[in-house]
Amino acid sequence: MSILVLADLHEDQLTGATAHVVAAAQLIQNNTGGNIDVLVAGEGIQAAAEAAAKLDGVTKVRLADNAVYANQLAEPLGALLVELANDYTHVLASTTTTGKNVLPRLAALKDVSQLSDIIAVDSADTFKRPIYAGNAIATVKSGDALKVITVRSTGFEAVGANGSASVETVDTVVGNRQSSFVKAELAQSDRPELSAAKVVISGGRGMGSGENFKLLNGIADKLGAAIGASRAAVDAGFVPNDMQVGQTGKIVAPDLYIAVGISGAIQHLAGMKDSKVIVAVNKDDEAPIFQVADYGLVGDLFEILPELELRL
Amino acid sequence: MKILVAVKRVIDYNVKIRVKADYSDVDLSNVKMAMNPFCEIAVEEAVRLKEKGVATEVVAVSVGPKAAQEQLRTALALGADRAIHIETNERAESLAVAKLLAKVVDEEHPGLVILGKQAIDTDNNQTGQMLAALTNLPQGTFASEVTVDGDKVNVTREIDGGLQTIALTLPAIVTTDLRLNEPRYAKLPDIMKAKKKPMSVKTPADYGVEMASKVSLLKVESPTERKGGIKVASVDELIDKLKNEAKVL
Ligand SMILES: Cc1cc2nc3c(=O)[nH]c(=O)nc-3n(C[C@H](O)[C@H](O)[C@H](O)COP(=O)(O)OP(=O)(O)OC[C@H]3O[C@@H](n4cnc5c(N)ncnc54)[C@H](O)[C@@H]3O)c2cc1C
Ligand SMILES: Nc1ncnc2c1ncn2[C@@H]1O[C@H](COP(=O)(O)O)[C@@H](O)[C@H]1O
Repeated sequence: MSILVLADLHEDQLTGATAHVVAAAQLIQNNTGGNIDVLVAGEGIQAAAEAAAKLDGVTKVRLADNAVYANQLAEPLGALLVELANDYTHVLASTTTTGKNVLPRLAALKDVSQLSDIIAVDSADTFKRPIYAGNAIATVKSGDALKVITVRSTGFEAVGANGSASVETVDTVVGNRQSSFVKAELAQSDRPELSAAKVVISGGRGMGSGENFKLLNGIADKLGAAIGASRAAVDAGFVPNDMQVGQTGKIVAPDLYIAVGISGAIQHLAGMKDSKVIVAVNKDDEAPIFQVADYGLVGDLFEILPELELRL
Repeated sequence: MKILVAVKRVIDYNVKIRVKADYSDVDLSNVKMAMNPFCEIAVEEAVRLKEKGVATEVVAVSVGPKAAQEQLRTALALGADRAIHIETNERAESLAVAKLLAKVVDEEHPGLVILGKQAIDTDNNQTGQMLAALTNLPQGTFASEVTVDGDKVNVTREIDGGLQTIALTLPAIVTTDLRLNEPRYAKLPDIMKAKKKPMSVKTPADYGVEMASKVSLLKVESPTERKGGIKVASVDELIDKLKNEAKVL
């Protein structure tokens, strides 16, 4: 009755998402007992394994360090999970692009359904998950012997990092002739990770250009905020895709979310409406974003942003 | 090369859904339905590959009730050559759909299968990956660029940290992200022509696939609604509220 958590990595380092998944695993463990193991798979990922071993509640880390797992390509990682899953009743991963990419492969090869993006654990087999862009919450019960689950970070408070689990090497090596890594273009930023930031300031189409997004920098610096965007801003080429907040981008729930020049489409709201406090800046006083904003400021963002930066 | 595209009939993305009074499900009666937006992008990509001479035939598949034929006709109007409707009134879970699509892949031998990354009703984001696993074909998910090059396809993927490009051997499975392309609108003459394009109708039983799943839906609720707040008159008032009322600064 043990649980396996697939660690989420970015450039071979453990991301914050994994601590949230372990928190969800603990809620399941409260019902079932057993261990919580974390699989760290990649190449040159010793540091990530050590970071995972510190997460509270983890029994042991299973480290699969081999070139075939580099960049977490879906085919070898899925095959590895299939090998390891026999020891577990639940396999969990975060709803990050790696988790979404690989976990359904495990489910299909084990002939079980996957429960995507859970936000609450009711019991060892019953979970809550948002559907229809978060406009409904479904309670689902799985009768499958193996439960394959992705976990939404904002649903679970991250566990601490005061543990000292053992790290055990996994020798399983699978082949992969089908897919190969060509290149990555990763965003470089000194700002906090969007999905982990306490404050997020996002710009929409109203920003008008990529150049104008710089108006958000000074404010983000002062607030220690991450910068996000609406899909329209990404589509228009103002900013890269990894900044998109929404149903099909990143889901965020910071203490403070500031939406600037964003109208508030259902798909955008799906990504930020669980924020503690929402501020909207928009020149249209009927923009739907005001229906969810705790504080709305109607006006021209080109006047408001410089003033806000000055006054903070 | 033949391309298979999977299209799902879902609620129109602009519609705000309602939950049924008995919390059994979402109420879809008299609600506008449409092709899942990510599937429109999948059809568009397939048709563009045909227009470029990379593909020779585009086959659209949908699993669902009789009405799903509307979405298949849309796919035909957008440029697909023929359609396969796998008719069922049961809830079509991703795993069952992937099993059916795997059977169609066995029969049709496509060089490329293009699916949406996510259906906007269940928000599952599973079917393409499951299909890849079941057919033992490589996958390129969340694609923002697809380039076929001989017996390989390069797929640029939208990942959390930015973009990743991978090379896959063909045949391969691709799932679309939003920026892969901008789908065209069907023109009236094409909509007329689409009515005459072939559509074969099958059932899951024809493929020997069970639709039943071990996941049961116990309850569907509305999320706790956020109440709108207040409008502030100035930047100063905003900062004051954030400091002293919301205490987030
Ligand atoms: C399948 C699907 C998935 C989607 N997923 C997402 C998603 O994940 N995330 C997402 O964000 N969207 C998503 N969308 C798109 C969504 O439907 C909207 O089109 C998008 O969110 C609109 O972005 P926007 O608010 O920036 O632009 P607009 O709707 O154009 O709004 C711009 C706003 O800026 C204001 N404005 C303009 N100039 C100024 C100024 N000078 N000062 C102040 N205000 C100004 C305007 O009043 C307006 O309200 C998705 C759509 C589909 C179909
Ligand atoms: N019932 C269905 N019929 C045809 N294709 C489907 C069906 N369900 C899912 N798909 C395909 O799988 C993609 C992802 O769906 P999902 O994994 O369910 O979120 C969709 O965009 C479709 O391309």
